Amino acid sequence: MKRFWIACGALSVLLLAGCGGGKEESAKKEEAAPAPAAAPIDEANAATVTGKVSFEGTAPKMATIDMSANPACAREHSTAQKSEEVVVNGNGTLRYVFVWVKQGVPDRQWPAGAPVELDQKGCMYAPHVIGVMTGQNIEIKNNDPTNHNIHPLPRINQEWNQSQPPKGEALIKSFPREEVMIPVKCNVHPWMRSYIGVVSHPFFAVTGEDGTFTIKGLPPGNYTIEAWHEKYGTQDLPVTVAPKESKTVDFSFKG
Amino acid sequence: MENLRLHRFSVVLAFCTLILVVAGGLVTSNDAGLSVPDWPLSYGKLMPKMEGGIFYEHGHRMVATTVGFLTIILAVWLWRGERRAWLRWLGVAALGAVVAQGVLGGLTVLFLLPKPVSIAHACLAELFFSTTAAIALFTSAGWRKGPLPVDDAGTPGLRLLAVAAAAVTLAQVALGAAARHQALNIIPHVCGALAVTGMVLWVTLRVLVGHPRHAPLRRAALFLLSLACFQVFLGIAAYMSRVATADAPQPMPVMVGFTVAHVAVGALTMAASVLLAIQVFRHVRRPARELAVGGVTVTS
Repeated sequence: MKRFWIACGALSVLLLAGCGGGKEESAKKEEAAPAPAAAPIDEANAATVTGKVSFEGTAPKMATIDMSANPACAREHSTAQKSEEVVVNGNGTLRYVFVWVKQGVPDRQWPAGAPVELDQKGCMYAPHVIGVMTGQNIEIKNNDPTNHNIHPLPRINQEWNQSQPPKGEALIKSFPREEVMIPVKCNVHPWMRSYIGVVSHPFFAVTGEDGTFTIKGLPPGNYTIEAWHEKYGTQDLPVTVAPKESKTVDFSFKG
Repeated sequence: MENLRLHRFSVVLAFCTLILVVAGGLVTSNDAGLSVPDWPLSYGKLMPKMEGGIFYEHGHRMVATTVGFLTIILAVWLWRGERRAWLRWLGVAALGAVVAQGVLGGLTVLFLLPKPVSIAHACLAELFFSTTAAIALFTSAGWRKGPLPVDDAGTPGLRLLAVAAAAVTLAQVALGAAARHQALNIIPHVCGALAVTGMVLWVTLRVLVGHPRHAPLRRAALFLLSLACFQVFLGIAAYMSRVATADAPQPMPVMVGFTVAHVAVGALTMAASVLLAIQVFRHVRRPARELAVGGVTVTS
C-alpha cells in the first residue's frame, strides 16, 4: 500500500512538471527548422504593393477608458483616453489594420529587420498594432511611473507573462512561429490591449493616420494580400505583380 | 465557555472564507488573475504597490494567507480541545484543503491559468467554505443539544434527496467555474441552474410539508431555498450585465458587482445545501424498511 501512495505521489509530481511544457518544446522544434536559404534577393526587380483601407458607414463612438483604478495612469493624460479598438481617420480610412502577404511568398529565409518598439506610455500601448518577422526582436518599454505586466495570448506560439517595473529596463522578446494576430494585454490595467502580427517574411505593414500601407521588395509573382482588423475581421484580395511593378490594392471595411 | 469561544472562532473563519471567495471573484471578474506574474511573492516582494489589478490579486493572496493562519489555529484548537474524534479530523481535513487551495492558486499563476486548475481552485474554494460552515454548525450550542428525531416515510427518502441536492449544487458550481474560465459555454450552467432549482424546491417542499414544526430542518430548508432563488436572479443579472458591457474596454462595475455577488451567493448556496444535508442526517431517522434490510441499529 505504501508503494502505491509513493507511486501516486511520483506520478503527480511528473504530471505537474509536465504541465505547460509542451508548447515550449514545440516552439523550440519550430525554431530548429528554419526555412531553406535561397539565392540572393533580386532587389532590382522587386515590386511594390500600396493601398489604403477605407471605412464605410458611421464611425462607432469609442468608449472612454476609466483609469481611476490607477491614478498614476490618469495623471499621464490631459484628456480622457478612448479605446483604440476602432480608429477612423479624418479621411475616412481605418487605422491599425495589419496588412500582410498571406500566400505566395517564396519559402526562403528573409532577413529580419531592426527590433520593433512596443512602448507602454500613459498606460496605453504605443503603437496599438505592430508587425514583426518570426524571430525578430520586439523591444518592450515601460515609460510609465507604474508597474505593468506584459501578457501575450498566442494560440500557436508560447504564452508568457512578465512584469516590468516603472521606467524599467526594456524587455527583448520574439516569437518563433508565424501567427496573425497575437493579442497582448496587461492584467494590471485591463483596458490595455495591443496586437502583434508575426509573419515569416518582411512583407507586411500597419495602417497609420492616413490609412495607407506600402509593402516593398516583393519578388514578382501571384499573391494573396490579407487585411486584418481587430473588430471587423479579415479580408483577402489577390494581386499579381511583374518585375519592378507597383500595384494598388484597396480594402474597405463596413462599420 | 471554551466551546462558545471555539464556535465563535469557527464562525469568524467561515465569514473570512466568504470574504476570500469574494476576493477571488473580484480577481477573475477584473481580469487581474495574472497581474502578479510571480508566486508566492508578488513582484518579488511581500507587499507590492497596490495599484490596478495588483490590488485585487495581491489582496486575494493577503486574505488567503489570513484564512490559512486562522485554519491552522482552528485545526490545532480542535485537535487539542475537541472530544469528538471525527470533528478533530475534520479540522485536519480543512487544513489540508486550505493548503491544497493555496497550491492550486499558485499553480494558476505559474502555469498561466490552466483551465482544469482554475476550475479546481474555484470548486475547492466552495467546498472549503462549506467545511468551515459545517464546523461552525458542529461546534454550536444547538448541535450540542442533541437531535430532535423525526421519521420520514416519503420516497425517495429525505436523506437521499438532501444529499442529491448538495451533489447537484456542487456539480453546478463546477459548471459555473467552467463557464467562467471559458472551458464550457454558458448552456450547461443554465441547465444546471434548472436542476439545482428543481432539487432545492423538491427537498424544501418535502421538509416543509413533512416536518413543518421541526425548527432546525425548516430553517435550513428555507435558508437554502431563499439563497437558490436569489442566486437565479443574480445569475441572470450577471449574464445580462456581461452581454450589455461586452464592448467595454475594461471590466465594468455593474458586471463585476453582479458576477461577484453571484459567486458569493453560489458559495452560500453550496454551504446551505451541505448544512441542510447534515441537519437531515442528524434529525431524520432512516426509514424502517432500510433498517430492516441493512440490519443497522440507529442511535441518536
